[in-house]
Amino acid sequence: MTIRTGTRTAQRNELMWALLFIVPSLIGFIVFFAMPSVRGLLMSFTNWDLLRPAKFTGLANYIKLLSDKEFRHALRVTAYYVVLNIPLQTVIALGMAVMLDRFTKSTFIRGILILPWLLPNIIVALLWLWMLDPTLGFINQIIMSLGFERQPFLGSVTQAMPTIAGINIWRHAGYTAILLFAGLQNIPKDVYEAAAIDGADERQMFMGITLPLLRPVLIFVLVTSLIGSFQIFDTIVITTKGGPVDATRVVYWYIYEYAFVRFKMGYAATISVALFLILITITVIQMRYFKADTSDLD
Amino acid sequence: MRFRFNALAIALVLVSSMLLAACGGAAAPAAEPTAAAEPAAEATAAPAEEPAAEAPAATDAVTIRYGLWDGNQQPAYEACAAEFTKTNPNIIVKVEQAGWGDYWTSVQTGMVGGTAPDVFTNHLAKYPEFASKEQLVDIQPFVERDGVDLAQYLPGLGDLWGRDGKRYGLPKDWDTVAVVFNKDMLDKAGVTVEELNNADWNAKDGGSFGQIIKKLTIDEAGKNALDADFDKSKVVQYGFVGGGSGGAYGQTQWSHWAVSNGFKFNDGLYATKYFYDDPKLAETIQWYANLNLVEGVAPTLADVRSLGATALFTSGKAAMTTDGSWMIGSYVNDAKFVTGFARLPKGPEGRKSMFNGLADSIWVGSKHQEESWQWMKFAASPACANIVGSYGVVFPAIQSGVDAALKAYGDRKVDVSAFTAQATEANGTFLFPVTDFASEIGPIMDATMDSIMLGEKPAADALKAANDEVNALFQ
Repeated sequence: MTIRTGTRTAQRNELMWALLFIVPSLIGFIVFFAMPSVRGLLMSFTNWDLLRPAKFTGLANYIKLLSDKEFRHALRVTAYYVVLNIPLQTVIALGMAVMLDRFTKSTFIRGILILPWLLPNIIVALLWLWMLDPTLGFINQIIMSLGFERQPFLGSVTQAMPTIAGINIWRHAGYTAILLFAGLQNIPKDVYEAAAIDGADERQMFMGITLPLLRPVLIFVLVTSLIGSFQIFDTIVITTKGGPVDATRVVYWYIYEYAFVRFKMGYAATISVALFLILITITVIQMRYFKADTSDLD
Repeated sequence: MRFRFNALAIALVLVSSMLLAACGGAAAPAAEPTAAAEPAAEATAAPAEEPAAEAPAATDAVTIRYGLWDGNQQPAYEACAAEFTKTNPNIIVKVEQAGWGDYWTSVQTGMVGGTAPDVFTNHLAKYPEFASKEQLVDIQPFVERDGVDLAQYLPGLGDLWGRDGKRYGLPKDWDTVAVVFNKDMLDKAGVTVEELNNADWNAKDGGSFGQIIKKLTIDEAGKNALDADFDKSKVVQYGFVGGGSGGAYGQTQWSHWAVSNGFKFNDGLYATKYFYDDPKLAETIQWYANLNLVEGVAPTLADVRSLGATALFTSGKAAMTTDGSWMIGSYVNDAKFVTGFARLPKGPEGRKSMFNGLADSIWVGSKHQEESWQWMKFAASPACANIVGSYGVVFPAIQSGVDAALKAYGDRKVDVSAFTAQATEANGTFLFPVTDFASEIGPIMDATMDSIMLGEKPAADALKAANDEVNALFQ
């Protein structure tokens, strides 16, 4: 969109208004994002232990990181979570969005879908922690009444991570569905009508129209949920604290452990910077690969 | 509306803001590292050089914030605080309580943010780190100035809080470990308390204590674990429940088994080498893990994690456990059956319990260090020990307080001699292993012990690897 400008004063006027609107969020960005980020970066070159003055240690933390087996383990565990979480969540959300778009206009149902996402993470994690409790949990009561064996869920090395992924899929699928639904609403209905006249069935319409035209929104959803997924932390704090053993010691928990259990703030910052670089790389690749800034609607 | 945004730019901003905000979140409250540490440095210098200079009594009432984590002890220390203010009308003590986990988080962040309590209950696993980070007031000059008699405390307790001529706490209480049993279950299985008190134990087959555990484990068909037809997948009553994997110290979980088997943690106060690779520890931990993994006479680690061993015991799911003396009240009050306390079984090296104690410390950031010292001195004095003892929640570090506690337990018809006999028996106790790097040893040993308890790794291999990792911290 281009703006036709009348006079220079009008232009200056507009700039002033623009700045006025930008400033509040800019201040927020600088105070809460930019400054802590720079500080975090600086911290990663020190041995700060939270209580004593920091000493500059150069690249020592980064060198340590390169040979840190636990860090690599944390990355693997995180990747495992992302792989469990993202595909299933996206597919479920897409299914729900398509159904919303095609079969109902009910805002009530949309409201219900988004409800789990409106609950605070901590509450969701606590609820599931109780429901999945190996001895007293509601879910195990059902499993046992059906004649199966009790499951440890979060208490088992193999089941813990899939369980956490499940909890977060439950929480986020509805919200993701609403985002995708908004994208679906932008696809002109006449395209579908034309396809219907040509005799396309639901599946063909989905593959040939819905998916391609939804791409920019889908990419946006994928990128944000992927980043969110890498940042899995609160559910783990409540449910497993990185355990059992180290089965759910994801990168964020590892950072937290270094910062607030081992008091190695400097090294914790180093891991954060490394994670930041990894995520930026993934995002750029994703963007390039899916050409997210163009739409087939143009 | 069309999607024409520059997605790449938006995504980049998103990534950087989401991610860096998260790691910055850690940084933000911390503020200036140097600024936070400065008052600390000044504060340490002051009392060390000239404690007397701060002595003149303030005319206005000063409020001292006092932190503790054990809610059961709060009423006792509030009573002490009231007594203290009677003789020191210018000092008011405000008692603040938070559960173990939150407590340490708030103390630590409080030290950074300048809001830590003036005086706080300290733990042997925590204080060396605070001391080395210059967060604790060295009270040795105060002790010398006021002539505090360190001999009034039970032997060994005072020394735990000193290092290189400096002192960071005065002992308040002590604890030992004993066997907790469900008397009804014992009776039903025909096991006498006498039998339990005289039981022996070894890491190979559990000794007669192992037999008692089996006798007390009962499956759905009513068969106990000594029966050939016992079905370990259908247990309705476990003979024993351990308090989890126990991490680096296993204070109430495995330390008594391991040390009575000849294991020692290290060579004493501030040692720089651990012996977690000792085969004697490995066989002990394997026995402990196998109670569940192989024999099925104890619940899984997941079950213990979910409810806690204490709850499993008090809800009648297990016949016995081992726990510390500070938990006596909880067992007696929470269980709907008769609970008793028996001696630890006699291991190859005798009966051994960890002997641990708490003390108060003064935070260097306190603006009222003299007043804090006055309170701390009172909290570790016979006057307060007698008050705390009379509440019957812990054993105070001074003998007259212990007598008061014994009387309180006696009035409630609770026999706690299993704990006191352990404390007074020759070579009956070993001290909590105090060393540097506790906060780093913790996560290593937690994961290691969990992996053994869950049957992921054999004890010998896991402990060998963990020991290397732990000892590397000291190099």
